This record gives sequence, structure tokens and C-alpha cells, in this order.
Amino acid sequence: MWLFLATEVLFFGAIVLSWIYCRRWNPAGFDAGAQQTQLGIGTINTVILLTSSLVYSVGLAFIEAGNRRRLIQCCALAWALGLAFLILKFGIEYHKDFAQHLFPGPDFAINGALGGGARLFFVFYFVSTAVHGIHMIGGLILVGWIILRARGDEFSPLYHTPVVVVGLYWSFVDVVWIVLYALIYLVGRGS
Amino acid sequence: MSATTIETSEYASSYLTDGFTLRSWLLTTDHKRIALLYLASITFFFFIGGAAAALIRYNLLVPEGMIASAETYNRIFTMHGVVMVWFFLIPAVPVTLGNFVVPLMLGARDLAFPKLNLISWYLFIIAGVIVVYSLFAGGVDTGWTFYTPLASEYSKGHVVATVVAIFIAGFSSIATGLNFIVTIHRLRAPGMTWYKMPVFLWSLYATSVILVLATPVLAMTLILLAFERIFHVGVFDPALGGDPLLFQHLFWFYSHPAVYVMILPGFGVVSEIIPAFSRKRIFGYNFIVWCSVAIAVISFLVWGHHMFVAGTSIYSALVFSILSYMVAVPSAIKVFNWIGTMHKGYIRFDAPMLYALGFIGLFTIGGLTGLFLAALGADVHLTQTYFVVAHFHYVMVGGMVSAFFAGLHYWWPKITGRMYPEMWGRVGAIIIFIGFNFTFFPQFIVGYLGMPRRYHSYPPEFEVLNVLSSAGATILAVGYLLPLAYLTWSLRYGDRAPANPWGATGLEWRTQSPPLTENFDETPIVTDPPYNYPPPEVVQRRV
Repeated sequence: MWLFLATEVLFFGAIVLSWIYCRRWNPAGFDAGAQQTQLGIGTINTVILLTSSLVYSVGLAFIEAGNRRRLIQCCALAWALGLAFLILKFGIEYHKDFAQHLFPGPDFAINGALGGGARLFFVFYFVSTAVHGIHMIGGLILVGWIILRARGDEFSPLYHTPVVVVGLYWSFVDVVWIVLYALIYLVGRGS
Repeated sequence: MSATTIETSEYASSYLTDGFTLRSWLLTTDHKRIALLYLASITFFFFIGGAAAALIRYNLLVPEGMIASAETYNRIFTMHGVVMVWFFLIPAVPVTLGNFVVPLMLGARDLAFPKLNLISWYLFIIAGVIVVYSLFAGGVDTGWTFYTPLASEYSKGHVVATVVAIFIAGFSSIATGLNFIVTIHRLRAPGMTWYKMPVFLWSLYATSVILVLATPVLAMTLILLAFERIFHVGVFDPALGGDPLLFQHLFWFYSHPAVYVMILPGFGVVSEIIPAFSRKRIFGYNFIVWCSVAIAVISFLVWGHHMFVAGTSIYSALVFSILSYMVAVPSAIKVFNWIGTMHKGYIRFDAPMLYALGFIGLFTIGGLTGLFLAALGADVHLTQTYFVVAHFHYVMVGGMVSAFFAGLHYWWPKITGRMYPEMWGRVGAIIIFIGFNFTFFPQFIVGYLGMPRRYHSYPPEFEVLNVLSSAGATILAVGYLLPLAYLTWSLRYGDRAPANPWGATGLEWRTQSPPLTENFDETPIVTDPPYNYPPPEVVQRRV
């Protein structure tokens, strides 16, 4: 699993690198783009996702102590929080972005000198959040699978490797989000 | 030697007789059957790519071009590159021979994740179908490198479909790489320590590390490329504020390591065959295995040498030049070790050995001409000429395809339970060697004289060398069709193979040919060092 995560790090590494590289050429345009993002939703989502990871880890601690019922409850809560993240992100935030013509298509909102950079910013924004969203959906499926297996009484303090492995993945998706959060919402907002 | 090799018996059951329905093949999780599924698929792609190559050589028979418009020619060589690189060379040895023999060599029952193995084949097939679709829908004209902004803005071909296919094939590679790494870590038989593993396993391990770490970068690059093409935004397009060099950096960060994905398994195959047919322990085992690892590591640090003339800074070019020279060191060590293994050995020239010897010769030429290209000054003259084409064909085709055929012949008795006709095997090996040199050596000269690659016509003074090259290609084509014919023939009419026809060491030869579905009746226990061939004075001629 660690190996798989190494693959994932390089996968996201490529886009983060390109992002920073392009930003260097056109910081003002990127800032103009960043100022249009929904800081409120982004921050709430960060809190939700971190909480979800925390809850999952608590669940892991419970199964190590042998409490299967609590593991299921924790996983269910973590799952619900993940779903909330997706709804906020794709249901509400994307909707707002499209309404403000921030998708880098023909009727892009920001024009003029800063248009190119802002456009590029939103390319990275949409690609990276979409890819992250796909990983979230994968994560939800995995956590749901853990719940089902836990209900079937398959885990014990002696055997719960799948719980650990899915936990690694779930935390990794979190870590990616923390990097993206900084890149999307924080950098460039001050100026 | 004698006791095991003379006995020839027919085994009642094997993995081939374990179910005859289509379903028992398409839903199998047996690594041996999946290897055969892969073998059939990549053979198909090899001949598609080969047909494109034949068209290229046909077109270049006359200076003004035989067939067609420049545009058609562009589509042909792009399809040749895409199919050969991603659908033959990268998967060739790992997923067929590797899939088949890795668990056998380790003394394991199967790979660590048999279902993942099957999924990876399906991903490969989906990708292959998409590529074939884009081929028939009109093809792509960007070259296999997809350089921007041509690929993102100006090309009229089916770039997105092809890119999606490569993206999916990439996941297939990652799955295979993960599977091998975990298998080699976890499923070694009792007593099989790291330094008792055959070299082939080490080289596949190094290959897998590259696959797992480099492929995702390509995946993300291709996503950005497709996004840019669909929505006309400029990540890589300078007119829209992007940077084409960024694409080249990211692309070659994957694609240069991928070159070693194509050649490292070949090193492994040859390292198995040379000791077996020299009846000698491999020379410098530790050096060979650590050179594989060194090549894998350095391969990540040399991508810049593809961009010497693309406008990178002179200092970074100098550094990349030096790093590129460094790859030559472990590669050369391996060549010397193989020669050292043969020295004073009891050499037999069976077909696998002939292919392996061809590999050493062709790879050495390919490697040495690589040094010309790593040299900053020489590269400025030679870049984008046929010299480059000849160089990488010597490494990829002369090296890797020879190694693939060497391995295929070597393990053919184990895979199918039948011997291939030895005489035809040798004839095939020699024809391929001659045809290959005939085809590609003239390209070194014509490239040095200044003929650029990827044009469908050329000045008349290059005609003689091009005709020579095309003539050689016909010999090469015969050389590739011949094994297809006699290997197919041997499936039905070949002699039954004994468990260990070559008298080789290695666990895969300790089980019957073809093996049981479970591989071994009981898990073997390893006590001997690798390549434990008896000293020369004990060796007697095989009966």
C-alpha cells in the first residue's frame, strides 16, 4: 500500500509542480484567479475532511481494542463526512463556479491582461479537484467495503489489516487536499 | 545433467488441461494463463506496429516518397511508435515471460495479487481496443512523443483517443509493477534469499520500481494535454500563456526511465541464458544485480538529454550530459560480466544462446552510439536525424526484441511443453541478426550525413542508403515471420519437452513442463547458490 501511495504522490506531484511552475510566470493572473474561489466552502471542506480522517483513525483504535460496534459507527461517520465533502465541492462550489463563468471555456469571466493567468489557474483548479474527487469516490467505496466486512464480523484485534490499509489511503487523500487547499484558496488571496 | 534431461514423459495434467472453456481462460487468475493471454495480445500489436514499419520503409524507397502525402506518412510513423512503445516493448518481457516465470523462479504458487494481474490484462486490452479504434478512425500525426503545441492545438488526428488509451495502458503497467514488487518481497520460497534470486528477478524488480514511480507522471501529463486540447487552454501552449518545455520535461521524466523499462528485462533474460548455455556460474553476480538497480536510479536523472536543443540552459544541459554518461557505466559492466561468464565456459549454440549473443552485439552498438548522443556537442549535430533513429532501434529492437525472442525460445518448452524445431530456431536467429543490421546500420550513416527523421521525402543523394535499409527490412520481416510459423507449428507437432531440457538451474526447471496449475507439488526449499553449475571438468556433452 505504501508503494501504491508512492505512485499517487508522483501522480499528484506532476500537477502540483506544473502549477507552481506556471504560477511563477504569471503570478498576478493566478492571484486574480485565486481571489474568485470560494474560500468559505474550501475551509469548511478542509475541516470536514480532517475530521473524517480523525474519526476513521479513532475507529481503527477501537478495533485494535476489540470494539467492533464502535468501528462500524466511526466508519459510517467518516463515510458520511466524505459524502458531505463531495456534495459541498461538486454540488455547491462547482455550481457557483460555473455560474460565475469561471470554467475556462469560451465565456470565461476574467479577461484582459490577467485573463491568461487566471484561465490557467482554473485549468489546474478543475483538473486537480476533479482528480481528487475521483479519489474521494474511490475512498468512499473502500470505506463502505470496510463497513460491510465489519458487519460480517470479519475483523478482530488480531486481524484488521484492510482497516489499516484503507486508513492509509483515506489519510493520503486528506493530505493531497491539504496541499490543494493551500494552492487554491490561500496563495494569492492576500495580494 | 543426464538424469533429468533424458527422461521424456507425457504429463497427464498441467495448467493447460485445467479447463478448456473460453471462460476458464478469460476469467483465469493463473499467472501462466494470463501470461499466454498477454503473449497473444502483444504478438497482435507487434504485427500491427510491424506493418506500419513496413509501410515506412516502403515509402522511403524513393526520394519523393512511394505512397502518399506527408500527412499519411506522419500518421503511419506515429502509429508505429505508439503501438510499438506502449503496446509491445514496455509490456513485452515483464507481462509475458515475467508473468510466467516469476512465481516459478520464486517457488511460489502465483503472484501476490492474482486478480489484480487479470485486471491489468483487461486494462491493457481496453487500451488496445481504443488505440486500434483511433488507428482505423484516421490515426494521429504528432509522433509518439505528442509534443505541444502540435498535439494540443494544431493536430487534426485523434489525439485524445490515443492519449486515453496510453493513460489506461499506464494503469496496467502500474498494476503489474506493484504486483511484481510485492511478490518478490513476500512470496520467496524458504531459503530463497535476495542474493540467491536469479538475476532476472532482480532486473524485473528494478523495472517495476520504474513503472510504479514514472508512469503516474505521464498519466497526469496526458490529462493536462487532453484538457488543453479539448478546452483550448494553455498549460503547454505558448500562444495561450503556457510553456511547451514543461510538457517535454514531464514527458521525458516518464519516457526516459521507460526506455530502461524496455531494456532492463532484456538484461535479465540474457543473464539467465548465458550461464545456462556456458555451463558456468554467472560472473560477478553482485555487480550485475546492483547495476540493474543503479540503472533504475540513474534513469530518473537523465531526462534532460532529450532537450539539448530545445532551449534549456547550457548548465543544466551539461549536468544532464554527464549524468547520461553515467548510465553507460553499469550497462558496460553488465556486458563485461556476460563476456566473463562465457570465458572458458562450455558454450552451446542453441537458438536462445544465438539470440542472446545477438543481443549483446546489437545492444553494445546501440549503447556506444548512445554516448555520441549524450555528448552535448555531437548531439547538436545528430539530434533529430536518422542517427537517433538507428541508435534507439539498436537498443530497442536489436536489444530488446532479440532478448524477448531469446527468452521466448528458452522458456518455450516450459510454457508449452513442446520443443521448438532447433534448426529453424537457429536459422531464425541468424536471419534476424543479419536483417536487422542491414536495416539499421545504413541509417547511422545517413543520419550522420544529415538526413532528418520524420520526413516523408528526402534529397536524392540519400537514396542508395535508404534502399539498402528497406531491403534489409524485408529480410528482417522474414526473420520475424519465421518464428511465428515454426513456434505455432511446434504447438502441435513439436517433441514433448522434458522438465529441464537445457540442464539449467533455477526453480522453474524443477517442476514438470508444462507446470501444474499449482506450479509445484510441494513448496521447494532452496539451498544452492544461484547458477550453481558444476565446474567445467565435470561437464559432459548432453546426450
